[in-house]
Amino acid sequence: MRSESGKIYRGLTGVSGALVFLRGDGGVAYGEMVEIVGDDGRIRAGRVLIASRETLAIEVYQGTDGISPTGARIRCLGRPLETPVAAEMLGRTFDSFGRALDGGPDPLADDWRNVNGAAINPAVRAYPRDFLQTGISAIDGLNTLVRGQKLPIFSGSGLPHNQLAAQIVRQAQAPGESEGFAVIFAIIGASRDVADLFRRSVEESGALPRVAMFVNFADDPAVERLVTPRSALSLAEYLAFDCGMHVLVVMTDITQYCEALREVASAKGEVPSRKGYPGYLYSDLASLFERAGRIQNKAGSITQVPILTMPNDDITHPIPDLSGYITEGQIVLERDLDRAGIYPPINVLPSLSRLMSDGIGEDRTRPDHAHLSSQLYSAYAYARRIRMLAAIVGEEELAGRDRKYLDFGRRFEREFIAQAIDENRTIEQTLDRGWLMLRELPAADLTRVSAEEISRHLK
Amino acid sequence: MNDASATDAAERRPETVGRAVWISGPVVRADLTANVFMGEQMEVGASRLIGEIIGISGKQALIQVYEETDGMQPGEPVYGTGLAMYIELGPGLIGGVFDGVQRPLNILQRKGPFVEKGAKADPLDPARRWRFIPDAKPPARIRGGEVLGVVPETPVVEHRVLAPPDCSGELVAVAPEGDYAAGDPIATIRTDGREFTVAMAQRWPVKQARPYQEHLRPIVPLITGQRIFDLFFPLAKGGSAAIPGGFGTGKTVTQHQLSKWAEADVIVYVGCGERGNEMAEVLMDFPKLADPRTGRPLMEKTVLIGNTSNMPVAAREASIYTGITIAEYYRDMGHHVALMADSTSRWAEALREVSGRLEEMPAEEGFPAYLATRLAQFYERAGRVRTLSGREGSVTIIGAVSPAGGDFSEPVTQHTKRFTRCFWALDKDLAAARYFPAINYLESYSGYLDDVAEWWRDRHDPQWRELREQAMRLLQEDDRLQRIVRLVGEDALPDEQRLIIEGSRLLQEGCLQQNANDPVDTFCRPEKQLGLLKAILHFVVRAKEIIKRGAPIHRIREMPARESIVRAKDKIPNDKPELLDDLMAGIDREMDALYAEFQKVR
Ligand SMILES: Nc1ncnc2c1ncn2[C@@H]1O[C@H](COP(=O)(O)OP(=O)(O)OP(=O)(O)O)[C@@H](O)[C@H]1O
Ligand SMILES: [Mg+2]
Repeated sequence: MRSESGKIYRGLTGVSGALVFLRGDGGVAYGEMVEIVGDDGRIRAGRVLIASRETLAIEVYQGTDGISPTGARIRCLGRPLETPVAAEMLGRTFDSFGRALDGGPDPLADDWRNVNGAAINPAVRAYPRDFLQTGISAIDGLNTLVRGQKLPIFSGSGLPHNQLAAQIVRQAQAPGESEGFAVIFAIIGASRDVADLFRRSVEESGALPRVAMFVNFADDPAVERLVTPRSALSLAEYLAFDCGMHVLVVMTDITQYCEALREVASAKGEVPSRKGYPGYLYSDLASLFERAGRIQNKAGSITQVPILTMPNDDITHPIPDLSGYITEGQIVLERDLDRAGIYPPINVLPSLSRLMSDGIGEDRTRPDHAHLSSQLYSAYAYARRIRMLAAIVGEEELAGRDRKYLDFGRRFEREFIAQAIDENRTIEQTLDRGWLMLRELPAADLTRVSAEEISRHLK
Repeated sequence: MNDASATDAAERRPETVGRAVWISGPVVRADLTANVFMGEQMEVGASRLIGEIIGISGKQALIQVYEETDGMQPGEPVYGTGLAMYIELGPGLIGGVFDGVQRPLNILQRKGPFVEKGAKADPLDPARRWRFIPDAKPPARIRGGEVLGVVPETPVVEHRVLAPPDCSGELVAVAPEGDYAAGDPIATIRTDGREFTVAMAQRWPVKQARPYQEHLRPIVPLITGQRIFDLFFPLAKGGSAAIPGGFGTGKTVTQHQLSKWAEADVIVYVGCGERGNEMAEVLMDFPKLADPRTGRPLMEKTVLIGNTSNMPVAAREASIYTGITIAEYYRDMGHHVALMADSTSRWAEALREVSGRLEEMPAEEGFPAYLATRLAQFYERAGRVRTLSGREGSVTIIGAVSPAGGDFSEPVTQHTKRFTRCFWALDKDLAAARYFPAINYLESYSGYLDDVAEWWRDRHDPQWRELREQAMRLLQEDDRLQRIVRLVGEDALPDEQRLIIEGSRLLQEGCLQQNANDPVDTFCRPEKQLGLLKAILHFVVRAKEIIKRGAPIHRIREMPARESIVRAKDKIPNDKPELLDDLMAGIDREMDALYAEFQKVR
């Protein structure tokens, strides 16, 4: 971290949870960064939460263990929490504050940025409509992601969201842009296993040179988790809007982030809202997710794929609920599909990419894309209904037409949704495969695709 | 006298009234050295951030700050403006994009793509000249709200420059026709022996409703071009509607649809705590889309307020007031204005957040006890009125509500329900089934049915109300039958009942569903709306006769006419209503044939 001389205070009036209090004298700003040196001599970073003449309240990022009221020294840095940004940070691994975690030297910063960033002026945003290929059929075909979008993965504990995220990172490419994507991973509150999984998967695929990782381990202090995604996004903004790169930011696990926020809020004694989460959870998540986007007359883009695990698989839980209110759709993983051995276990029915319709079609993906995906969607929706019915009345009782749908549903899951963890399908392959699925359905039912499309693709 | 004193105060530089002593997020406490009043607009700290007094006790004031206070230190000065939280009104609002405290975002973008705190710019471009054409001749008596002259603000919006609402007296002088800046004086009014100069640009305190002469009954429907609303749950000009729905159910698409197609002279769109990309979408589409009435780009009648979810939360609270004040201002010129607020829940959450910082006693779900009052005050500002100048104008409010977990029992939905007369309930299951608009027709209602029935009767069809009732009955019967179907399957029902299910399905597919992305069906004129509805009901009536004669239901389902009805919404353009007659004739032809067939069978 950058050091700077500043005001120094000795002694505290109190310590509580992640907060310390001391007598102020006016010269310290709200939001300013400080360093707290405990009796143990360790330096911790902190931020001013209340600045007043009489008292300063400081949030301490690396925990308050080992701090005593008499032994503590506080040094004010006269600036907000900043993080280094540099193009050379790609290929490296950092902690929440941008310090090297891979044994290498700390990065040589091109610039230092306020981790909170600033809101993109809505009037200069460019509406996202350029296709981003993930190589995953359930996404590219039916829930297309576009550059500048924020599309979360709603998962459940034990489901393979991390594998899926790693696969997206390995495969993501912007057709027409040769150099592909820069990828930034914000790993929040993860075990060392999970962090390793990402690292290895990225290394093995040779994608490492275009990937930067920010890691906050499960045993790091909770307050630090609030900084991890912000440092990652600050680098993303630099790469996208200063260096003109397309940046994909994967953040996992947002649920861990929200729990840290709840923990810190309750330590501050704030009035909780639903399920103990603070009333500003929506605004706080928005301050992360809204950092996705494109800017007029700038080449780069930031696309976000946040991953969250729904507590109890409950989509109405405040974390998925509020995320859904901010993001532009969602990819939903389903336990039943996972149990049936389908990877990735994406249920396309509750999944939705809200920016899809403007990002596909002629010149973007393929002219038949919209109709085909709508046809597949409605056929699969019907197949799932029939499957439920069959569970009650028995498969034999079904009419011939309905049995065809039952078969379609199975094939669709096994051959279209499912793919190998190292299988990277082009959009052409995905769409052709989609047409293949429609083969066995009654011709009269294919009302969402045109006759011309049928004769062209269904041969 | 609000405006006259406003002009006075504008001349005063804001003066130091105290110093900040306690700073925490959007709330600052200041020690006072001079007098301030509740609701006074302030400039806070060295970077002069916009703030408002929200509490005074003894020599200390509580200030809500509309920008990020990061970097502010105790001891920084606090300035008073002597004015209640105000915005600037005048030509140049239309086509503009503003944040919650009316900073012009399209001007601020010159300073870079990010909104930096403390960034300032005049809401009304001081360099821009407007053609002012006088419409009052001095000397004359003039009352507040009367027209001094007009400015062609855009090709479709005539901006009427009004005498400040509470400034009546003698009109001493009016500027001759010519080009003026918004701030130039264009008239002089003498009142109580003092002379006031009046400019096109005027200030108004946002939390105060603008006065009018008389409240009028909302008897004219706001035609939206959306069948589910116009035919089933109509909104009136000057009315209010709530659109509650979980995420992804279609609140924003609906509000965009209404902004594009509703028969309003002016649209005020408030993006309150929502997505930046949605504002970008409006800014991309509206300059290109043509207003169905005038054929001119929609942007020429639209004011955008964009305080996205990542912009300061206190300014999000202000955005609603900024929007409604602009709406009232155009109403006072005699325009019909529609205001969209997406989403009022984010506004309520902003109230909650600030209230929490003040450590106020929370009521339900952490919301402050005054939530209901604030919502009521907002929706009360809707109305069809006789303006001070005797014209008719209206403000219609359409507020989106984003209930937590999609559960309508939460406080914001419940209170909003009390203060609005249309309730357009969006349904998660319908949206998940890609049934759009995902309006639950059994849960939704309109309190304006009786009010607008006459208009429909006189303008379009004496049967409007009867057709609607007939259709609603069909939907309700279907709902009742569906409960049985869930237990025993559809095949178990007699054909008369299956026809009801079939009829309801046809009504939904052929009329209630309307794809916002379809180039033809995105907007549907009243004539076509009625034509489709009549064709469907006629189909059901005729089919009933035939079923009675023993025809099996599948013969009805397989009729080509059924298919033609479903496709008609996308296939029949608004300007070819005669095709609806063909549709009707086609139904009769096929029904006659089928009827004859089963006549013989008997
Ligand atoms: N009338 C419609 N026609 C076609 N598609 C629609 C319609 N209404 C909604 N949709 C679809 O539903 C998606 C979500 O709609 P919308 O963005 O309006 O939801 P919302 O209720 O505003 O959600 P949030 O609360 O998260 O903002 C759209 O992207 C679109 O795909
Ligand atoms: Mg919305």
